[in-house]
Amino acid sequence: MENFAELNELSFSRDGRLIFDGINLKIPKGKVTAILGPSGTGKTTLLRLISGQLKPDSGDILVDGLSVPRLSRGDLFALRKRLSLLFQSGALFTDMNVFENVAFSLREHTRLPEHMIRDLVLLRLQSVGLRGACEHMPSQLSGGMARRVALARSMALDPELIMYDEPFTGQDPISMAVLVKLIRSLNDQLSLTSILVSHDVEEALSISDQVYVLSHGRVIGEGTPEQVRQSQNAELKQFLFGHVDGPVSFHYPSKPLEQEVLPL
Amino acid sequence: MMVKALMNRIGYLGLWFLNICAAVGRAAWFFTQILSWGAGFKAPFKRLLIQIYQLGVLSLPIILVAGLFVGMVLALQGYHILVSYGSQEAVGQMVALSLLREFSPVMTALLFAGRAGSALTAEIGLMKTTEQLSAMEIMGVDPFKRVMAPRLWGGIITLPLLTLMFSVLGIYGGAFVAVEMLGIYDGSYWGNMQNSVEFYEDIVKGVVKSVVFAVTVSWIAIFHGWNAIPTSQGISRATTATVVQASLAILALDFVLTAVMLGGF
Ligand SMILES: Nc1ncnc2c1ncn2[C@@H]1O[C@H](COP(=O)(O)OP(=O)(O)OP(=O)(O)O)[C@@H](O)[C@H]1O
Ligand SMILES: [Mg+2]
Repeated sequence: MENFAELNELSFSRDGRLIFDGINLKIPKGKVTAILGPSGTGKTTLLRLISGQLKPDSGDILVDGLSVPRLSRGDLFALRKRLSLLFQSGALFTDMNVFENVAFSLREHTRLPEHMIRDLVLLRLQSVGLRGACEHMPSQLSGGMARRVALARSMALDPELIMYDEPFTGQDPISMAVLVKLIRSLNDQLSLTSILVSHDVEEALSISDQVYVLSHGRVIGEGTPEQVRQSQNAELKQFLFGHVDGPVSFHYPSKPLEQEVLPL
Repeated sequence: MMVKALMNRIGYLGLWFLNICAAVGRAAWFFTQILSWGAGFKAPFKRLLIQIYQLGVLSLPIILVAGLFVGMVLALQGYHILVSYGSQEAVGQMVALSLLREFSPVMTALLFAGRAGSALTAEIGLMKTTEQLSAMEIMGVDPFKRVMAPRLWGGIITLPLLTLMFSVLGIYGGAFVAVEMLGIYDGSYWGNMQNSVEFYEDIVKGVVKSVVFAVTVSWIAIFHGWNAIPTSQGISRATTATVVQASLAILALDFVLTAVMLGGF
């Protein structure tokens, strides 16, 4: 199986805190790979590393055979035209309306005539259920709507690799179901490669071909959704089933509570 | 103990100095990055027009009103100085020369730093905070070219034009005070002015000053926006830094430029 992206022995630290400690990840071409993990483990950081916005301390990141940390600025921008990233925050351009946001990369990177851009944009908006909102400004959208517009924007240019950072946050059950289907069908119809970062374990497992679970800078579980579900690893089980007690701490690393808070 | 405290102080001083050097280096590198036109002609030109509108047209009211008042004050002050030598007829010449050489470039640049520079910093800082610049980068579009370059060029084009308008309004303001209120013969107000103002010496040199100020203010403003810490407090600090540093830079550069232009060295 060919890999579209590979992370080899990747280490990365921020403000002296090690976030990744020599992790290995393979993103197979044409598949949906889910990346799960507790809040704050570095899932967003991982996507930023893959897109070349952050540079690793050591190790290598290969995207379609190119070593991202070693690319020149020009080559990096050329590579990025083939990738897309759905930001956790949406990151819509606030000075453009919904239509122009989705049309942005089409206008920047293609010379399509206006009527084709219009059709493409409206189709994208239709698929996220927001064709009727194309005249709205981002400030007039709800959080969930803004995220769906951002999703439409990230699909606009038919990228080869789409990275979704928490696409389901803030969606009601109906739009959640639509988005789950959309991500899967996009991947299959356009033969893209998808990376899905999510906290919604069930949804993520239901549409992915392959899963990685990260915790404390390491990969604690990998395989098909079935293999991951059946794993006996205590850390993994605790995360998947949401138990409060277990090896994974809910707390950010800190001194024991007794040392910081006065005895009651 | 004393020695150690002293060494610490010296250490901080050194660190402070190194940080400033690093910031200047970053700003210089940044300048080379944003000094680009972008691909093609039509799209960058359209973006430039938008910036000329944002930075220039929207600054017009404050510039025009300020020019009018500065010209009026200059005429009033000039008249009272000149009248003691009996040469109040030269007030037109005095108003025009002080405006063209000093007041217009400096005052317009200061107002521009407060009105347009702070807005630039806040706008770009907010785009950074809300990850819009990151999003653009990831979509393969360079924000240096797409967002910052048109703003730099917009500033470089508009400030000299605003400066000229400031002068025009100031001269009319001066005429109003001198001719209508103080009773100077309007032929001598305009005639003296035409005889003494030289195109190269006064107008061109004033415009050169304002071009230098335009580059400085726009550069400082855009740099602070891009360099802002992505929080609301970070943006407010960056905005303040823009206004303070741009204003001081204008005044210091004005002295240097004036000295060079008058050949005082
Ligand atoms: N700009 C930054 N500077 C310093 N540390 C940061 C910065 N951004 C993130 N971190 C740290 O990096 C770690 C990973 O952050 P990241 O945003 O990648 O987590 P995440 O897995 O995406 O979490 P979530 O699921 O909550 O989105 C966090 O512990 C955070 O404290
Ligand atoms: Mg995240």
